[in-house]
Amino acid sequence: MLAAKPLCRISRWRSFFPLTFVPLVSSLEVPLVSDELLSIGVDKLQKSCIGAFMGRANEMDTGNLWFEGRSRCSFKSRNDENTSEAFPWRRQIKSVSLGHFSNQPPGVFGTLSDAVYVPDRHYSSQYNDNCIRDVKNKFLRTIPGSVKIVEVGPRDGLQNEKEIVPTAVKVELIKMLVSSGLPVVEATSFVSPKWVPQLADAKDVIEAIRSVEGTRFPVLTPNLKGFEAAVAAGAKEVAIFAAASESFSRSNINCSIEDSLSRYHDVALAARKLSIPVRGYISCVVGCPVEGAVPPSKVAYVAKELFDMGCSEISLGDTIGVGTPGAVIPMLEAVIDVVPVEKLAVHFHDTYGQALSNILVSLQMGISTVDSSVSGLGGCPYAKGASGNVATEDVIYMLNGLGIQTNVDLGKLMLAGDFICKHLGRSSGSKTAIALSRIKTHASKL
Amino acid sequence: MSSLEEPLGLDKLPSLSTIDLLGRFSSSACRPRGEDTGMGNCWIDGRSCSSSNSCHEDVEQNSREAFTWRRKTRDMSPGDMSSRRTSSLGRNHIIYGSVCDSRYMPDNQYSSYCNDKGIRDMTDKFFKGIPKYVKIVEVGPRDGLQNEKNIVPTDVKVELIHRLVSSGLSVVEATSFVSPKWVPQLADAKDVMEAVRDVEGARLPVLTPNLKGFEVAVAAGAKEVAIFASASESFSKSNINCSIEESLTRYRAVAHAARKLSIPVRGYVSCAVGCPVEGAIPPSKVAYVAKELYDMGCFEISLGDTIGVGTPGTVLPMLEAVMAVVPAEKLAVHFHDTYGQSLPNILVSLQMGISTVDSSVAGLGGCPYAKGASGNVPTEDVVYMLNGLGVKTNVDLGKLLLAGEFISKHLGRPSGSKTAIALSRVTADSSKI
Repeated sequence: MLAAKPLCRISRWRSFFPLTFVPLVSSLEVPLVSDELLSIGVDKLQKSCIGAFMGRANEMDTGNLWFEGRSRCSFKSRNDENTSEAFPWRRQIKSVSLGHFSNQPPGVFGTLSDAVYVPDRHYSSQYNDNCIRDVKNKFLRTIPGSVKIVEVGPRDGLQNEKEIVPTAVKVELIKMLVSSGLPVVEATSFVSPKWVPQLADAKDVIEAIRSVEGTRFPVLTPNLKGFEAAVAAGAKEVAIFAAASESFSRSNINCSIEDSLSRYHDVALAARKLSIPVRGYISCVVGCPVEGAVPPSKVAYVAKELFDMGCSEISLGDTIGVGTPGAVIPMLEAVIDVVPVEKLAVHFHDTYGQALSNILVSLQMGISTVDSSVSGLGGCPYAKGASGNVATEDVIYMLNGLGIQTNVDLGKLMLAGDFICKHLGRSSGSKTAIALSRIKTHASKL
Repeated sequence: MSSLEEPLGLDKLPSLSTIDLLGRFSSSACRPRGEDTGMGNCWIDGRSCSSSNSCHEDVEQNSREAFTWRRKTRDMSPGDMSSRRTSSLGRNHIIYGSVCDSRYMPDNQYSSYCNDKGIRDMTDKFFKGIPKYVKIVEVGPRDGLQNEKNIVPTDVKVELIHRLVSSGLSVVEATSFVSPKWVPQLADAKDVMEAVRDVEGARLPVLTPNLKGFEVAVAAGAKEVAIFASASESFSKSNINCSIEESLTRYRAVAHAARKLSIPVRGYVSCAVGCPVEGAIPPSKVAYVAKELYDMGCFEISLGDTIGVGTPGTVLPMLEAVMAVVPAEKLAVHFHDTYGQSLPNILVSLQMGISTVDSSVAGLGGCPYAKGASGNVPTEDVVYMLNGLGVKTNVDLGKLLLAGEFISKHLGRPSGSKTAIALSRVTADSSKI
């Protein structure tokens, strides 16, 4: 069964060879060009690609994948394990059997949670140093086995778009995101259309998706009035925003941090009465455009306040994307001191290209919820034209490569990204999406 | 951020002078708040960094131990740092990674929130192995430019090299001595080499595919060379038309000739994680090739994720295998950002103790396997991260940005570096205030 499916996909696999192969390294000989590569043969393709993706199961004695402590005899069992413990709102887990691998193109390393390499026994004599293995395990041992992605594209991604995106397009985007397996999709925001005209159709969006099952749809509510409007429209989960920087709080929502927290107390109280979960966001957790570096202790203070008032999750946002692991780690340390790590999420911006490394260290610290935006939608309002949210596709690629379960189908996610980028008339902000689409484009020319 | 009140537009943010902004941010991050903490030490255990002069000492120490070819280290007095900040970075920059920022000092007013030793132990573990100093090997002029369709004039290449050297980069891969038939962009290798042969303060390695190329390189004035092998048999055959073993034999001849002339040889291993033909590459294979290169006399082995498919999950096993047979201080990592994974890959490499990173200014150099996709990791983004980690690089980010701007302008396209774009936008905005 395992071998049969790939055989049916030969044409797709053949399509992975580039049309013209420019030598990466210099040579005085004539490098082979792509049609000669093609003639290497389907046999070798099968052997190499199947082997790469199935963890060479036949060669393994135990059937366990390589990472210490991560016993993973089948993906199905892992999914079941995680479902009930960590995610009370979990959608029905899609079965990720080994047969599923064959749907993915070869040479694509992060398309599934697959990249756990199994030592090639032929060379195993060179690979027995246990001390080094321990060193390496240390860096991945604390990483969670599964991570929940909170997709913020439809709200945080679209809200700053100049051209109004039609409601139907927003709804279609949300549906495509849901179908890729994302467990949480931030649908819209109930703010005055005066300030965020893009999301003036919040009610219509919520009404259009209220029957969509299996995914949570939190919406932003800036105060009690917005909360009530959201609930009336059918929202079942809300989110509130505070800042760790006093200046930013005043400049952005025209009140102090303390005043904003009082306001949110009211929302949290009202939400508790209706058993509606509340997610708390903290902006400027690393740096503020006005104040510069933000003290971790300040972030911890605001996080604790949000947690104490009843937020089910606190998302820590590096609003201007200036953080690096050197600044993120002290901040997380301070917050984890006062809020349990399983209640925390990270929301990094990729303005300086640092988001994935920041996410990586957050995972090493035990964080298991990551916010991201399909195609990297959403720029940085502070540095116009610079990038903003981290691209969900790139995050999934990395998590897959780390062997972390996300329940997200990268192929379907990319379709959602394609869809919205086509509508917006620009290329994706995700490098993974661009790389994979270029490979496919080449393929179509063969 | 959403609100039912009128949010202030960003143009209404309180206006601050450049010095205020810089002072509020960069200097406090760099100088320990001695009066608050009473210790004056930076946050990460073992990394004493109380003044920029001691940073200079660290660099010197590293220089003597690890780099016999080291340039004369630039003097980094405190005055120098602040003047560099204000003059080379322009107005209104809040630059977290613009200089070696060390790390955040706990604000004692809230210190009750920061006392959990358990968490600190855990995070210390993640940082203990990170080197204090990382050498950047700038590959823009060679790896970056070699696939450009339009021929870049020799004088532009030379100017780029000069600017890169002046930013503090200690190693800049200048060109490649291959047949112009295959890499027409670098047909001017001799001219470039001759124009830069007297540049001081930086090493300028060149690629040499075989003995013939080596001899031409030496005749043109090259003082350091680099050779390329692959961890993938298929890629080796398709790219240089011979097996891995045959290529190693060829390179042994180069290494032998180089040793006679006391010319250092750097070895590259391509497809260290994945190959466009074979898929995943066994770490043991990479280790084998790395060891062969090391045994034949390469002073440094650069492990390249040629098609950028690696993630920390695949990079770590590969590094483990190689580090079992080649000392970490002889290794470098060369990640491609095709899937956006290079910075996390670099981070875990640093955690493993690797202290040499290849990168390309402005992210020059696409991915030949996925046309239009990105390739090399941008040097600016790497330096930004290293600065934020408190790792010394001796690179002035402001001057590096200028070098990147120069070449991007010539190529007529925006920089591939997000750091460069962000910083240029911030400056552009500020000029409106």
